[in-house]
Amino acid sequence: MDRDDGVLEAPYRLEYTYQRSTGPVIGRFLTGLRDGQLEGVRTAAGTVMVPPLEYDTQGAATGEAVKVGPAGTVTTWAWVTEPRREHPLTQPFAWALIKLDGADTAMLHAVDAGSIAAMRTGLRVTPRWRAARTGSIRDLECFIPADAASAAVADAAAAAPSVTLFPSPVRLDYTVTAGHHLSVYLRAMQDKRIVGGRCPSCTKVYLPPRGACPTCGVPAAETVDVADHGVVTTFCIIRIPFDAAPFPPPYVAVAVLLEGADLPIYHLVRGIEPEQARMGMRVKAVWVPDEQLGPTLASIKWFEPTGEPDADRAQIERHL
Amino acid sequence: MSATRCAIVGIGQTHHKAKRSDVSIAGLVREAAARALADAELDWKDIDAVVIGKAPDMFEGVMMPELYLADALGAAGKPILRVHTAGSVGGSTAIVAAQTVISGVHRRVLTVAFEKQSESDAMWALSPRIPFQPQLTAGAGGYFAPLVRAYIHRAGAPAEVGMMVAVKDRVNALKNPYAHLRIKGIDLAMVRDSPMLWDPIRYLETCPSSDGACAMVLTDEDGAKASPRPPAWVHGLATRSEPVMFAGRNQVDPQAGRDCAREVYAQARIGDPRQDIDLAELYVPFSWFEPMWLENLGFAAAGQGWKLTESGATALGGSLPINPSGGVLSSNPIGASGMLRFAEAAMQVRDQAGEHQVDGARRALGHAYGGGSQFFAMWIVGRERP
Repeated sequence: MDRDDGVLEAPYRLEYTYQRSTGPVIGRFLTGLRDGQLEGVRTAAGTVMVPPLEYDTQGAATGEAVKVGPAGTVTTWAWVTEPRREHPLTQPFAWALIKLDGADTAMLHAVDAGSIAAMRTGLRVTPRWRAARTGSIRDLECFIPADAASAAVADAAAAAPSVTLFPSPVRLDYTVTAGHHLSVYLRAMQDKRIVGGRCPSCTKVYLPPRGACPTCGVPAAETVDVADHGVVTTFCIIRIPFDAAPFPPPYVAVAVLLEGADLPIYHLVRGIEPEQARMGMRVKAVWVPDEQLGPTLASIKWFEPTGEPDADRAQIERHL
Repeated sequence: MSATRCAIVGIGQTHHKAKRSDVSIAGLVREAAARALADAELDWKDIDAVVIGKAPDMFEGVMMPELYLADALGAAGKPILRVHTAGSVGGSTAIVAAQTVISGVHRRVLTVAFEKQSESDAMWALSPRIPFQPQLTAGAGGYFAPLVRAYIHRAGAPAEVGMMVAVKDRVNALKNPYAHLRIKGIDLAMVRDSPMLWDPIRYLETCPSSDGACAMVLTDEDGAKASPRPPAWVHGLATRSEPVMFAGRNQVDPQAGRDCAREVYAQARIGDPRQDIDLAELYVPFSWFEPMWLENLGFAAAGQGWKLTESGATALGGSLPINPSGGVLSSNPIGASGMLRFAEAAMQVRDQAGEHQVDGARRALGHAYGGGSQFFAMWIVGRERP
């Protein structure tokens, strides 16, 4: 993605589904939801907490399960005029704190009241269950005004094992902004050039350029061309298979000190049996075909050995 | 408020396992914290403040443990702080807690660190598909294996040494009832024959993925006097960091680690660590980090650490036992791994380590590192009040 100022941007999605162990108390609550039952938990002080937690506000472990509801009373609420994709309802609804009958605490859930005019503190509500329930708070689709409800009885659940695990998906969508100096470096990649940034104080050449020297702390605006060949300072052979692997293992991941740079970059070496990789080996960049060149380090497909004699190892000692 | 010495009077940990699917994260930290309180013979109400640490957020997807776990840790109405320094967090969390005691701010502090790796995938968390780059990262092993190779090359160390550490720590783990890995009959051949993952690192030269937590109760001099069991005294504590990338950075023997060790030895009046320290619990997630840290910490000259390991000195019966608990190579709830090093060091000087006790341990080093070898946390604990 291009911006007017030449700074590169790209979307970045971080996405994963954690597998949570519920522990006994939350597991019991989720099992109840799956079975169309609402349960709270008795605290050490004798009150009933809904939804249940394993420890009360004083830090004491909570005790026995207590059946509550199914009806309850709205204690406060906020109206949602434009529901979002993740919301439980597609039409306007209320987020409400609902004190279920028999509970001493209020629980947050959605109320499908039809219109804001129908919503009020003190409104009596009753649950609307989903037909297919899995042991999640979403098994309770929402609450509805009690007078509008015919008996809100959930279908009887078939006997099934207790809920002990639940999936917890997360997804974060970012826009990564490369910044000026990194953009200069990435754009040069498109032209098969490698550009470093030189510190005016210590004269070290950084790859990629950073705009400031990490050791001297001074601006480092000067850019210099760096060769697309250099020396392997160290490496490892990846033999472990994993989802994000660029090739089926084994393959060689290297730190390459390019000629003219003072900090190695990390990349891959191909064109050699992994067992033949060496510290001090001289390698050169293999660029992708011209039509595939882009503002990314992936414009270098990988490195491969030049066949020249290895560098003196003492020379690479200070560059890991 | 006035400056005081800090003592460890309560230590608790969970039995570390691949999966603790019977408990939530709250239940897991509660278990360790309750054991620490029981050891100190204190109740939740006796605690003035809670300091909590965990691994980077992506590791098990809990972004605000200080919020989620306040109830489980009895923190209502008390200060609760969260500390964040990647893999070294268990150590730096204990240090922050100790500093609130030493400064006279709090009298009794509960400090806790945890990880529930079974709920997540650290390999995923450490191998993001970042824009503008080909996929180059391959988990922690992919990052550290090239450093291990550079160490082996520089020191001219025989390949056996990494395997010896892998065996030694697992033998020690058999004496630690809380250890995760319990590999009966572990020997060099078993390590040698295990699959190469991140060459030169073999499967059995790496740490496991564990669920577990660790907790300690730290207190002042009056609290130590009231302790039902002998306390461990803090003789020195320090943290240091360095940037993850700069020209000429020595990642095999990082300056921040050397500086941190120098500071902690100065505080503890240690002239020669090899003579003055009876044992150390070091953060060794890959076996070769034992000789690497022996050098970084001044137990051996540069390039000589592997000889100490090879000589058997670092075994439980040796002159400088390293990781008598079995270490990170045997139990690795990442967020808690650093605190376990600190806690195990304290258990040793309290004569509390059971079968893996080092006879006559008077002073011990607890060590943790994290990030790309850029965060260091260390403490020296002793049997006597300093």
